[in-house]
Amino acid sequence: MIRMPEPDAGVLARRAEIVATLRRLVPGEGVIDSERERRAYECDAFTAYRQVPMVVVLPQTTAQVADVLRYCKANNVKVVPRGAGTSLSGGALPLEDGVLLGLSKFKRIVEIDVDNRCAVVQPGVTNLGVSQAVQAHGLYYAPDPSSQIACTIGGNVAENSGGVHCLKYGLTTNNVIGVEFVTIDGEVIRLGGKHFDAGGLDLLGVLVGSEGMLGVVTEVTVRLLPIPPGARALLIGFPSVEGAGDCVAAVIGGGIIPGGMEIMDRLAIQAAEDFVHADYPLDAEALLIVELDGVAAEVDHLIAEVERIAIEHGATSCRVSRSEEERLLFWAGRKAAFPAVGRISPDYLCMDGTIPRREIGRVLNRMKEMEKNYGLRCANVFHAGDGNLHPLILYDANIPGELQKAEDFGADILRLCVEVGGVLTGEHGVGIEKRDLMDTMFDEVDLNQQQRLKCAFDDSSLLNPGKVFPQLCRCAELNRTHVRAGALRFPDLPRF
Amino acid sequence: MTLFRPADEKQIAEAVAWAANSTQRLEIVAGGSKRGFGRPVRAEHTLDVSGLSGIVNYEAAELVLTARPATPLATIEAELAARRQMLAFEPPCWRALLASDAEAEPTLGGVVACNLAGPRRVRAGAPRDFLLGFSAVNGAGEVWKAGGKVVKNVTGYDMSKLLAGSFGTLSVLTEITLKVAPRPETECTLLVSGLGNAAAIAAMAKALNTPFEVSSVAHLPAAAAQRAVTAFRLEGPAPSVAYRVEAVEKLLGRGARLDTAASAKFWADVGEVAPLLPLENRIVWRLCPTPSLAAAVFDEVAGRLATAEALFDWGGGLVWLSVEASEAGADGGAAIVRAAMKPRGGHATLVVASEATRERVAVFEPEEGPLAALSARVKAGLDPVGVLNPGRMREGL
Repeated sequence: MIRMPEPDAGVLARRAEIVATLRRLVPGEGVIDSERERRAYECDAFTAYRQVPMVVVLPQTTAQVADVLRYCKANNVKVVPRGAGTSLSGGALPLEDGVLLGLSKFKRIVEIDVDNRCAVVQPGVTNLGVSQAVQAHGLYYAPDPSSQIACTIGGNVAENSGGVHCLKYGLTTNNVIGVEFVTIDGEVIRLGGKHFDAGGLDLLGVLVGSEGMLGVVTEVTVRLLPIPPGARALLIGFPSVEGAGDCVAAVIGGGIIPGGMEIMDRLAIQAAEDFVHADYPLDAEALLIVELDGVAAEVDHLIAEVERIAIEHGATSCRVSRSEEERLLFWAGRKAAFPAVGRISPDYLCMDGTIPRREIGRVLNRMKEMEKNYGLRCANVFHAGDGNLHPLILYDANIPGELQKAEDFGADILRLCVEVGGVLTGEHGVGIEKRDLMDTMFDEVDLNQQQRLKCAFDDSSLLNPGKVFPQLCRCAELNRTHVRAGALRFPDLPRF
Repeated sequence: MTLFRPADEKQIAEAVAWAANSTQRLEIVAGGSKRGFGRPVRAEHTLDVSGLSGIVNYEAAELVLTARPATPLATIEAELAARRQMLAFEPPCWRALLASDAEAEPTLGGVVACNLAGPRRVRAGAPRDFLLGFSAVNGAGEVWKAGGKVVKNVTGYDMSKLLAGSFGTLSVLTEITLKVAPRPETECTLLVSGLGNAAAIAAMAKALNTPFEVSSVAHLPAAAAQRAVTAFRLEGPAPSVAYRVEAVEKLLGRGARLDTAASAKFWADVGEVAPLLPLENRIVWRLCPTPSLAAAVFDEVAGRLATAEALFDWGGGLVWLSVEASEAGADGGAAIVRAAMKPRGGHATLVVASEATRERVAVFEPEEGPLAALSARVKAGLDPVGVLNPGRMREGL
């Protein structure tokens, strides 16, 4: 089980006074105090962990955010920022002694700038909402996490969200060009804008993906892309996952970067087919969906190339979409894979490691062994182009000990990802879920260096503490020990 | 003044730890070709990392390349070309622009440290977008790493973004892992003649707003080229490029075409700022304004500095501005350039000027208030006593 920091008894004792002050700072319905209503915020999409927050605050303006943060800093109150609460890693898990700062009222599209292909939006706008707002101009926002109907741009910035299309179009970090954010000291800072690159240190780059620990984002400028005129997909069955993996390597090695490229294993294929009836090949061990987008001249050319490569790599079936309906049907099963697995098991944990693609065969075989050892089933869907695995571990939370078993299984999978040269998380974030595994990837010096960055933004560790790092930041101590005391001798190395 | 030439990461750590504990400062160089870019470094010693050279690992099918910082850019580009791949951000060398020594070799470390990107940046991104992970030595002499060696990773803070473009002021890079990209099968450039600056900026925006994946757009005003030329680059599989060139031409009107080799040469020249060369007693600024306002920024500057010439790249997102040094005056035109930029958004960097001017004038966009304080705290978090490339970006950074 993952432990959260001990609540501050002093803060809990002052709860009534804190709530009263927050009501003054954010008048109207902006402060939620009743336990029944606070309970709605007790978890994000990582539902295995729940905690009712001390109080929920829903500000409407940047000035209110600044006031709340300044007050919290002065009173040593922890703050957990939250968008739509769709984090799969517990990034928005509340704290018993913390303010849950929801940005859901920041819903305005501030500006659509067609000439500069960007939009300025408030963080509570949903990911899909951005694309819908700019659609009439023939533009869209490329990162498309599968929660895009619900998840917000603010949350996407915090988590550096990816999606099916990110191999070709990049993650959130490659598509966000400016932010306004508020520091825990209540200072409002703007980074970037409509222009390219940073004029100084690229602080925007490090704010994106910082899991709500460096600042609270109050406005985001996103880059927009022209909507591709068309897309076609291939649905390819393979007798083994390795075969599908080799095909993916050959497609990329052949110079093709598809808009999307996804693999599902047998259990995932079956669960999805039972759920949405997409006519998936049930005899296949692995299903590869490849989508190519662009002008018809390019799509048709590349579809033929991919089909040829697939057949060379032992595909047992290969269908090419002939209509938009058929393309969407190919995707329907993949997009419904998580709920489909939800139908065949009371609970599941969704993992998110990335591996070098060449290791897919070895990793899947090791996972099969783990399934036997743990006595739990595991379905696999993954973003094949970038080696980002989403093993879904099936368990039943009502069976005592089974959550722990599932967590141990998940941790073993992530350790394996790191062992073969990969990483703990490709797009879901560390949050609390992978926090205690950080030392499999990073040593103490690495983690201290990241924490020193945290200290530069938030030296009292009040913003989203207990996330990402296995140990809380102790900024004073970190800074004190940085340069070792005592003179070193003149370095004994070649010089001229 | 000592020149340290460490052979490996451990020796770099040793040298930096010594400097940190002895309040000595280090200028970091690999090939040295970008020494003239940025504010002059005032350091007691030089840390020459050219011993850390070579490709560590390159797996074309994974789109990942790991190399040491002093690996010549040319070596990396040749290896990639052999597997029909490339660095999508097509880093320029700026040998002629910076008048760097003929022996000074552009290296991967320099490209990443300066976040150098060429014309394709408008669509593909900059080194910051391709740096997957690294090893480095911080200003306390500790070896640390961040990121990973796979193309998709959000484990921990994205320190790669911070290190890219930090001009060696935060850590000494010792190993760099980049995402690489397939090389397009072919490319073609459409040249439209005779547009004024404002019309060209509008035409470039129009082209970038089509779904025809225009991958570079630049405008060479009449003063810089023989005749004003606006260029649109299309890359990809041959049938696709053929179709898209036609489509863009229908939209913008007839133009001349440059085929694969000529097109590549044209864009390499744009990346090297060749249309504004040679520079004789001239100062060069590199502006990154709000793209649609690029012509307005230039007009305002040119209204006050009659010798101003420009090259517009990235659809206006990058403006190279050359001015006669005598006209620019003691501040290199900084007051005029920054006044033109300020209300329009973006940032300006003084790239070519005498060492004295670059020392006196803010080379990078000045930061103020809470942002300046935050940048200073970030610097201190990585280089607590200011050992690494002191003053390269600004006083104290």
